[in-house]
Amino acid sequence: MKIAIIQFPASNCDFDTLHALKNVLHADARLVWHKEFDDTYDAAILPGGFSYGDFLRAGIIAAYSPAMKIVKEMAREGKPVLGICNGFQTLCEAGLLQGALLRNAALKFVCAPVILKVITGRKIFGNPLENGKIIRLPIAHGEGRYFNDERALRELHENDQVVFKYVDENWRESEEANPNGSLENIAGICNREGNVLGLMPHPERASESILRSEDGKTILKWLINAR
Amino acid sequence: MPMKTFTIELIIENKPAAKDPEGEVIKRDLLNKHGFENVTDVRCGKLLRIKINANTEQEAKDAVVRMCNELRLANPVAHNFSMRVL
Repeated sequence: MKIAIIQFPASNCDFDTLHALKNVLHADARLVWHKEFDDTYDAAILPGGFSYGDFLRAGIIAAYSPAMKIVKEMAREGKPVLGICNGFQTLCEAGLLQGALLRNAALKFVCAPVILKVITGRKIFGNPLENGKIIRLPIAHGEGRYFNDERALRELHENDQVVFKYVDENWRESEEANPNGSLENIAGICNREGNVLGLMPHPERASESILRSEDGKTILKWLINAR
Repeated sequence: MPMKTFTIELIIENKPAAKDPEGEVIKRDLLNKHGFENVTDVRCGKLLRIKINANTEQEAKDAVVRMCNELRLANPVAHNFSMRVL
C-alpha cells in the first residue's frame, strides 16, 4: 500500500500526517508535491492546511489542479482517498463528496478537542466500521460548517454515507457538541462506494499517547488496511 | 467587429436555506444596536468585479455564467449568484 500525501501550496498538516503514518504506524507513505503526483500510488491523502490561501473558498483552487484529475481517476478505480480538513473541503469542491463546508456559524476559527461518533456499520476502504464507536480528535478550522440541501442530505442518509457526527460527553448529538454549526452535527462523510472519505477533524494530530488521544490511528488504519 | 471590454460585477451569496451568520451579526450587533432598528435582514456575500473582452454584452455575461457553472466561482450547493454589467 503506497500512500501519497499530496502537498499543495499552503498545505500545513502534510508532515504531521506523514509522521503518523510512517513513524507511528509504519506505513509506506510519502509526501508528493502536487505537480509531481502521478498514478503510481495505491491511495491518496489530501492533508489539512490552507491550500492556495483559501482564496475564493477553501479547497476550490486545489480542486481544479491536475493532481485532482488523477485523484478522481483513483476514486473511480476504487482506490482509497482520504481528505482531512482542507482535504475534505477540496473533495467537496471537486465533487468527489457531496455538500459544502461553509464558514463556521460562530465566525471564528475553532481549535478544540471534539468527540466523534461513528454512526454507521458500513465499510470504509473495505473495512467494516464499528457502529457507535467513539473517537476523540482535535479540530482546527474556520470553514467547517457542513451544508447540503434537503434532498441531497436525504440521499446521503439513504445511501449510508454519513460516517461521523459530533457528540457531547453523553454521546448525544447536541447543539453544544456542534463546534461549527454543521447540519445534523455532521463531521465526516463518504462517497457511495465507501472508498472516498472526508472529515474535518485531524486524526494525524491524535495518533500518539503524548498527544492525549491515539484515536486518530483508528481512522488512519482503515486506510492502511484497505482491501 | 472589434472586441470590447466589459466590466461585470458578480455577486455570490448563500442560498436562503444556508444560514449567513456574518449577515446576522452585522444586522443584530451593528445596525440594530446602533440606530438602525428598522433593518430587518442583512445577507453578506462576495463581489467579484470582472473585466472581460467580448464581442457583445451577452457574450460577456454568458462567459461569466460558464465561470460559475464550470469552475464553480459560486458553489452550486450553497450559493446563488447574480450579476450586473457596469
